[in-house]
Amino acid sequence: MLRGVSLTIGPGESVVIIGRSGTGKSVLLKHVVGLMQPDAGTVLVDGIDVPSLGHDELLTLRKQMGMLFQGGALFDSLTVGENVGLPLREHTDAEESQVEMVVHEKLQLVGLEGVEHMRPSNLSGGMKKRAALARALALNPKIMLYDEPTTGLDPITADLINRLIRRLQERLGITSIAVTHDMRSAYHIADRIAMLHEGRIHAMGAPAEIQATRDPAVRQFIEGSAEGPLLPT
Amino acid sequence: MNETGVEGLADRVPFRPILNGLRDAGEVLLLIGDVFRELPQGIRKLPLIVQQMVAIGIGSMPLTLIVALFTGAVAAVQASYQFRDYVPMIYLGTVIGKSVVIELGPVLTALVVGGRVGASIAAELGTMRVTEQIDAMETMGISPTRYLVVPRIVAATIMLPILTIFADIVAIVGGYLVAVLTLDVSGHTFTSGLKLYFHLRDVFSGLIKSVFFGAIISTMGCYYGLRSEGGAEGVGVATTQAVVASCLLILIVDYLLASFLFRVLFA
Repeated sequence: MLRGVSLTIGPGESVVIIGRSGTGKSVLLKHVVGLMQPDAGTVLVDGIDVPSLGHDELLTLRKQMGMLFQGGALFDSLTVGENVGLPLREHTDAEESQVEMVVHEKLQLVGLEGVEHMRPSNLSGGMKKRAALARALALNPKIMLYDEPTTGLDPITADLINRLIRRLQERLGITSIAVTHDMRSAYHIADRIAMLHEGRIHAMGAPAEIQATRDPAVRQFIEGSAEGPLLPT
Repeated sequence: MNETGVEGLADRVPFRPILNGLRDAGEVLLLIGDVFRELPQGIRKLPLIVQQMVAIGIGSMPLTLIVALFTGAVAAVQASYQFRDYVPMIYLGTVIGKSVVIELGPVLTALVVGGRVGASIAAELGTMRVTEQIDAMETMGISPTRYLVVPRIVAATIMLPILTIFADIVAIVGGYLVAVLTLDVSGHTFTSGLKLYFHLRDVFSGLIKSVFFGAIISTMGCYYGLRSEGGAEGVGVATTQAVVASCLLILIVDYLLASFLFRVLFA
């Protein structure tokens, strides 16, 4: 699916990867966290070659990363509070009162309060995503990966998520990689936008450069037109 | 894997089922290896294990006991029909006791629990897989084997023998009730027969088997659940496969263990 992707992301930078459905955007993210292994090539995170890592080393590396999944991927057997607190309970010796404090703080950060005891199934789509974001932030990751952070959300909630992502990156210096086909979101959160097309990075640049590009494939994508070099699938 | 090698060979129709079977067996062995590696850490997750023990053990108790009661009852009816005019009725208790503790108790309990628990484990883990909850867990640096698989396998391996003990008792009670109430056999005759050739090793052989059955059911549920893909349909397929594989393996392993226990160990 990916054939010769080359992409370097600096610390504290926010890169958005755009591209049509099925071009391998999520696959690219999964390679970064080692959920998928490349057939060839390397994936370096902080200079560490992810595919070469053993099971335990990979688990250690992942503690520095947070990932927001498309559907939130909250554990539905746990309450929202237990979901957010799980990484802390698993990876730190924090006492219960400390865990609860962090859970409250992270939920507050994403604008969710008083939902600790609710089940994920009782939350709306936007709330699920925000709760999942709180969980991903529980261990204060250095790198955040977002898989379609605004898909399926109403425009107001989507804007809220965009602002959150931007704020996390600007205030906490979190490196972020987001995958989306929501151009509004891409312009909002990106320092750089990269377009994935036919298994490669087809174009890359600051949001203003992407907006001004003459590349027909990029133009077609950002304008959302059915006519152009990208054929309907 | 791509055009050549194993996949290419698998495209030749007769090889496909064989290769798929070998691949599955290999993957199950890898999962078992993972389970042993994670066991020392996983076993510390006592609340998770207890939660699974309740779900698997207590949850399966009513169904298991009803099945056991009628198994004993049927065994009494069938044995008395076969015995009539040939074998003294004192042996009714003997044959029911032996057949229940050696074979019927462990195997029928395993098949019933395999259907109920194997399916529920596969459906739960399968849903977690297709909704990316398993990926999320791995991304958080939490091993799904340690957190999900080990507690289920440990719980099932402990609870199956316990369920089997209850099933053995209830099945014998079922046989006793039918014998006394409908077959004109006195309670004393039945219990005397029960004690006549009673060997504790028969009970142990049944319980040893049920330990293996518990491991099989939970391992199959976890394996097929974790590898499910493709949404609701995939979860459905995984659930079916888990139950079918559990039932087949229970019967195959039953034969192998019976051969080992009675031809080698107790011979």
